[in-house]
Amino acid sequence: MAEQIVFYAFSGLLIIAALGVVVSRNPINAVMSLVLCFVTSAAIWLLLEAEFLAMILVLVYVGAVMVLFVFVVMMQDIESATLSARFAPNLLPGLIVGAVSLAELLVVVWVRREGLPIAAVPEPHPADYSNTLELGKILYTQYVYAFELAAFLLLLAIVAAIVLTMRERPGLKKQNISQQVSVRKEDRVRLVKMEPESDA
Amino acid sequence: MANQLQQLLGRFLPEPFDWLALTVLQILVLIVCVILCVAYLTLAERKVIGFMQSRIGPNRVGPGGLLQPFADVIKLMLKEVIVPNRSNNFLFVVAPLLAIVPALATWAVIPLFPGFVIADINAGLLYVLALTSLGVYGVLLAGWATNSKYALLGAMRSAAQIVAYEIAMGFALVGVLMASGSLNLGDIIEAQSGGVSNWFAIWLFPLFIVYFISGVAETNRAPFDVAEGESEIVAGFHVEYSGITFAIFFLAEYANIILIAALTSVMFCGGWESPFAGWEFLQGTVFAVIANPSLAWFAVKIAFFLFCFLWFRATFPRYRYDQIMRLGWKIFIPVTIVWIVVECGMLLLKVGPWSVVS
Repeated sequence: MAEQIVFYAFSGLLIIAALGVVVSRNPINAVMSLVLCFVTSAAIWLLLEAEFLAMILVLVYVGAVMVLFVFVVMMQDIESATLSARFAPNLLPGLIVGAVSLAELLVVVWVRREGLPIAAVPEPHPADYSNTLELGKILYTQYVYAFELAAFLLLLAIVAAIVLTMRERPGLKKQNISQQVSVRKEDRVRLVKMEPESDA
Repeated sequence: MANQLQQLLGRFLPEPFDWLALTVLQILVLIVCVILCVAYLTLAERKVIGFMQSRIGPNRVGPGGLLQPFADVIKLMLKEVIVPNRSNNFLFVVAPLLAIVPALATWAVIPLFPGFVIADINAGLLYVLALTSLGVYGVLLAGWATNSKYALLGAMRSAAQIVAYEIAMGFALVGVLMASGSLNLGDIIEAQSGGVSNWFAIWLFPLFIVYFISGVAETNRAPFDVAEGESEIVAGFHVEYSGITFAIFFLAEYANIILIAALTSVMFCGGWESPFAGWEFLQGTVFAVIANPSLAWFAVKIAFFLFCFLWFRATFPRYRYDQIMRLGWKIFIPVTIVWIVVECGMLLLKVGPWSVVS
């Protein structure tokens, strides 16, 4: 009972926040609605005993990806961005994507209704069950090759992103930190011995 | 103690509500304690830095200045809240709240003394990481909603800095969870029981240093306080905040400092464990009490790290922005990765106190 109240409360919030992402004219409001979406879906995942995935969703998407989104949106000129935000050009692709997603959801509902074995509701686990431990075990044994391959792809993407953005411009001033740190006072300061002067 | 209280509450309230009332009570007590600590941390800061600079520090309000924090709070609460004309009003007011909520909510999973923690969750370490990563939104939105160039610059600097140091912090914690074999903060403390020689601060010394310095950077404290940089961008992201809205930012900053001090002692210095736990000859004497785990040891460790925060502020000049980025990305992250590899070797060769556990 309590679980259902929590589920419907968070689902309602999630839908409102998702609408906010699409409808909001101000980009910052849209981004913040998206943040709310991620946090509420993390809460729903917690209900499904997927605490590892829920925490990682908040950590990665809210803590890192969305910060970059906010970062970029903050740099924009908000006035012009608000005016140029229009629905019409994106209406058709949006409708298609929406229709496909809806169809997929309906398939899930249909599978549930038919009572097929893949949709059986799993037994709730005891309180000391660690979702993180189980995930770790299965990732590093059964799916180790796929997991390592994914990690390698991500590493490749990081390296590629860095290489693509590192361009040598002519006339770029650079600091050599080790040179700066190892500077000695003899290199910079010259003490001049001067005889005292007087007019008298 | 908690069980007795729950029984007492159970006489007046039906089944799920006695547990709820107990939890709310615990949360309230903890938050009041944290806020009082914040109040006296501000006083301690002014006193400690005063002594380091051969001054007296505040000494007028109350005996020896002890009531100064309350005078400050009352002053800030009575002041007018000014909202800039062309700012985004809603986000301007919400931003301080976004800063304070994660700083207080993280305390839910921190074990204070043996057997007491508000929420004993398995993924405690992940919860801590997730919530501390939310703190950046307060600063970012404050900087943007103010509609001021200084504030925006401060927010930009702060965001880049927090994102950079979070990675080093996360890697340092990977080392901790490899050594303890658990994400539960209580288990992490248990893994360090048996005296100072079993603390992760000894075995994971580079990670400990990286974690603590990243913590200083994460809270935007001197010498990493470019987000506020009084001499360059006035006050950074909170330049237009006044009265209670400023006070909430202030509260969030200091609550975060206490949080980092508490987390450092939990992760690396055994939390409530005593450093003399393994000393057999203390048993049976009057000194046996200092060998027992207690809240006092936790408080002493937190106080030490808080003193370090104040000490850094009084003695280090502010880092330049590029130096901060270089330290985070090019020094801390490689150091943590190297030490994690070393730790893997230690685990394989069964060197170190944790080899018994796993």
